[in-house]
Amino acid sequence: MTPVIEVTGLTKRYGGQAVVDGISFHVERGEIFGILGPNGAGKTTAVECMEGLRRRDAGQVQILGLDPMADGHRLHQRIGVQLQETQLQDKLKVREALELYASFYPNPADWRELLDRWGLAGKSDARFGKLSGGQKQRLFIALALVGNPEVVFLDELTAGLDPGARRATWDLIAQVRDSGVTVVLVSHFMDEVEELCDRVAILERGRIAALDTPAGLVDSAGGEYRMRFRPMAPLDEQSLTILPGVTAIGRHGAHVTVTGSGDFASAVTAELARRQVIAADLRIEGRSLDSAYVALTGRTMDT
Amino acid sequence: MSGFSRLALVEGRLFLREKAALIGVFGLPVALVIGFGLIPGFGDPQKGLSDQIGTEYIAGLGVAIVLASLGLTGVPMVIGQYRERGVLRRLAVTPVRPLTLLLADLAVWAAAAVLSVALVVAVVRFVFHVPAPVQSGWFLLSVALGIASLYAVGLLAAAVAPTARSSAGIGWLLFFPNMFLAGVYFPTEEMSATMREVGNFTPLGSALHAVRDSWMGIDPRPEYLGIMAAWALLAGALAARFFRWDQA
Repeated sequence: MTPVIEVTGLTKRYGGQAVVDGISFHVERGEIFGILGPNGAGKTTAVECMEGLRRRDAGQVQILGLDPMADGHRLHQRIGVQLQETQLQDKLKVREALELYASFYPNPADWRELLDRWGLAGKSDARFGKLSGGQKQRLFIALALVGNPEVVFLDELTAGLDPGARRATWDLIAQVRDSGVTVVLVSHFMDEVEELCDRVAILERGRIAALDTPAGLVDSAGGEYRMRFRPMAPLDEQSLTILPGVTAIGRHGAHVTVTGSGDFASAVTAELARRQVIAADLRIEGRSLDSAYVALTGRTMDT
Repeated sequence: MSGFSRLALVEGRLFLREKAALIGVFGLPVALVIGFGLIPGFGDPQKGLSDQIGTEYIAGLGVAIVLASLGLTGVPMVIGQYRERGVLRRLAVTPVRPLTLLLADLAVWAAAAVLSVALVVAVVRFVFHVPAPVQSGWFLLSVALGIASLYAVGLLAAAVAPTARSSAGIGWLLFFPNMFLAGVYFPTEEMSATMREVGNFTPLGSALHAVRDSWMGIDPRPEYLGIMAAWALLAGALAARFFRWDQA
């Protein structure tokens, strides 16, 4: 089966400067593909080239077998897009917006059902200008889905949503994927990408710094776990260094910290059991995409 | 229904929700005609106005105000906003092109202008019993060319302006001198020959001349129609050439 999205050497320059610099990847049908990176990494520019909103300077892009530059009209019948920072006409009602956009597509979804599903049923007659940030955002997601698209591009999906609405949105997007729709998710939120995406491309200065499943990224980053506990009996903690996988030992007052990789935690707990030392307040800090990101790119998201 | 008619319907509805625009486009010209029409003796030919009936002359001004306010202030303001707010960008990723929205808006605003002109003619005819435009064909053509030329100039303002604010600002900057030179503030009969010449070359100036002439039963001078057509084509072509769909 050919991929739904094939991007090869995509390049976009502004004033001679490559904002997107020869990126390549493909997305399979029914995947949620994440594009993660700090502000200014070229994420939005890259997806806008894929949506047919910007003309690329080099490389190939095929979405559903169509080139967005040559076949924009046919492509737009089959994709849905939520753009960053767009507004609608202030006096346009929610219902009117959905009805209007539904009318643009050959096989639209039932916009009343979208209204319900995205929690806008009570706002059906409200004007766009009177909506809260979260309501506007949910309307834009609904508008991206109203054409019954095969591929959906979501740029900063949960911008402006409160924590409860974010989680609800993630669940709904997972449902959208489960119905066979391919989702491209642009985000700078680690938790969102880790929760939703099947695969993630980390974009940095216009290039792909890493591309894998969230778990794969965490593994390849080779970050370490930290184990922290308070031994209930005297313990010569330095003797734990010989255990497989352990890389460092530290003591802070009553607490011992063991750093290591692989299955070192089981080795440590087994050794403690053998010495009949009970480990109180035992805590293991797992690795996250967050730490993997820092390991892979050498910097935190905010910089 | 096509994307164009759906957009025109929605944009028409949005236009009706703009109270200030409705007052400006429909209320002001009618109020002007009624206000001046009630002045005693205004229904007679006026010496200072090339013997045109006062009410008829004011009705012509009403038409000019409608064309100028829609074309020079409404068009650049709304289109500049639609670009800045990303309404055009959002449409660009649907099967309907943003150009369709512009055309739908122009159609709505043209319909608004025609309705308002019809209202002015009706008030003049039925309230003040002054004849409707005698050369009705020429009158309609003059109004149509007036719409085309002023809307094209408004589009050009929106095309070259970098922001919504500057787009509306350029519109207002064009509005006042155009109204002045066209003879809306005081009749061209009182202007110096040079000023009158300059005024004739503005789209609003030729529109007002052509409207006045055809109302009085005179064939409008071909250069008035030609000047309006030239503005429509030139400004329209430049707008098409320089229009940006996206606020960079």
